[in-house]
Amino acid sequence: MCQVEEDYNGLECKQEKIPVPTLNRKCMKCKEGTAVLIIRVSDAFCRSCFKEYFIHKFRAMLGKNRVIFPQEKVLLAVSGGAASCSMLAQVQEGLSRDAPKKLRFMPGIIYIDDGGACGRSSEERQRSVDQLKSIFTETGFPYFIVPLEQVFSLPTSVLVPGTSDPDSSNPSYKQAVDQYIKEKQKLTEEEAASAVAQLRIEESVCSPEHKLALERLFSSLNTLTAKEDMLQILRQHLILHIARENGYSKVMMGDSCSRLAVKLLSNIALGRGAALASDTGFSDPRYGDVVIVRPMRDYSSKEIAAYSRMFHVPSVFISGLDTKTHDKASIQRLTESFVTNLQADFPSTVSTIYRTSEKLHTVMPSQGQTTEPASKCLLCLCALDTNVDKASAFHATLVSEQLSQIKLQDTSHDARCCAEGQGCGTGGCCSSNRSPEHQDLKTLLCYSCRLTIKDMGAVDALPPYIITEAEKRQKRSRMRMEISEYLLEDED
Amino acid sequence: MAAPLGLHLEFGGGAELLFDGVKNHHVTLPDQSDPWDMKQLLAWIRGNMLKERPELFMQGDTVRPGILVLINDADWELMGELEYQLQDQDNVVFISTLHGG
Repeated sequence: MCQVEEDYNGLECKQEKIPVPTLNRKCMKCKEGTAVLIIRVSDAFCRSCFKEYFIHKFRAMLGKNRVIFPQEKVLLAVSGGAASCSMLAQVQEGLSRDAPKKLRFMPGIIYIDDGGACGRSSEERQRSVDQLKSIFTETGFPYFIVPLEQVFSLPTSVLVPGTSDPDSSNPSYKQAVDQYIKEKQKLTEEEAASAVAQLRIEESVCSPEHKLALERLFSSLNTLTAKEDMLQILRQHLILHIARENGYSKVMMGDSCSRLAVKLLSNIALGRGAALASDTGFSDPRYGDVVIVRPMRDYSSKEIAAYSRMFHVPSVFISGLDTKTHDKASIQRLTESFVTNLQADFPSTVSTIYRTSEKLHTVMPSQGQTTEPASKCLLCLCALDTNVDKASAFHATLVSEQLSQIKLQDTSHDARCCAEGQGCGTGGCCSSNRSPEHQDLKTLLCYSCRLTIKDMGAVDALPPYIITEAEKRQKRSRMRMEISEYLLEDED
Repeated sequence: MAAPLGLHLEFGGGAELLFDGVKNHHVTLPDQSDPWDMKQLLAWIRGNMLKERPELFMQGDTVRPGILVLINDADWELMGELEYQLQDQDNVVFISTLHGG
């Protein structure tokens, strides 16, 4: 301790990067093969060990979280990118094994063509769709190719969380597996025949009015952040609708660890902190009857990219809303570049964020409890976090918004609006551009969806199912207010 | 090396958008007295091949974080990253693991 110089010298030596002998490094697992890839910080794997590791992780993830029961219909949401195509490849691999440990569910594939929102031409879109179709037909699973424009013909039931099917027998996972194995021994041939018969290929064509309506919707959103958010919401609704219509009770999304870490941070920035557990956890039960599962959440994007390259997983790159945009174009983009750059210098960034997100547990809604749709956000279906009392941070933001708008408005407008009794409390109607519809829609939304809608120029550009459901809920709440004195209140 | 260096470059995961959408490139690097290393190759790519938005591919001397580089199907971290000396007919793959190209 007293010999400061000596200590400092030692420290200085350590500061220099000691070159680890990396050339011709041996695989750390089998100790024999030459390493081809470095995962995490310094784990080197050879080709075959890496493949084993990758496949094993997928099955371990499904096995650890026992949510997928045998013979269940599972929809795989494929975007064409490396992660979802690797997921598809893993599912194929898992289902094809002859060993008794093979995966046991019935997959279907869905691809949502969002080229209309991203501004891609119809030839480009057709080209990508054709490439994907050839990949999907290879797998032999039934697939759905749905253009985003179909959002304009969705029913309002999409916005109502369904009750999870109260299975009367409700077996535990182990019982279900045993039961399945017994039945399986009888049915193998019949199964093969019926599987081929079930191969339904669905492709929908979009009408030109819907195309225009979609363009109008996305051009009415001013910032890229809001556009990305809206795209995400509409995509979820569409997937949910297709899953419900075709009897799929689970949806698998291909979000990787890195992607989820970015999503976690950007959701906090967007104001979606209350729903973090369901947005980034393994299972997302908010829709009730359809559960969203994320089996790829343990893989970093490097592992996925390396696997797809080395083992020839076919994928199609489809440019999205934020392709080739600069770093500060949207909150999501900025967070992504922040996390990726940090990860380059501090390789444990993504895994730390991931591990933190694992600690956020989702609470499964207890069966039999019908939460009214009115207490869920209209768009994202998470619990409304805006019905809080006056001493909250949320109320403070409302007050400051109101104060900053009072300065701008005309005194003549002021008198008129207030006379109509519209309630200038939240400052919504007093600015000359704002229509009363904005104000009404806000009460049905959670904090971050409010921000997205606030960014919208014309609220009527929203798809009809959202508008009708919003009106219905508003009528209900007005009715409830009128008869409130006659209602017996539950005292919990 | 005195002989000209022929390389096979591939771009994937969206990186090809910066190179006119072409995924596979065969290039021949000009002669020079010192052997070519990855650092020089990257500078050469930036100067000769990159059509637009260099900041989406490179950051300073090295590739942008989020772009995976495989040399002959092996991670470049195992080969010395920027110091790796290129050999004739090497296969270098750049895969973008990010959203934005």
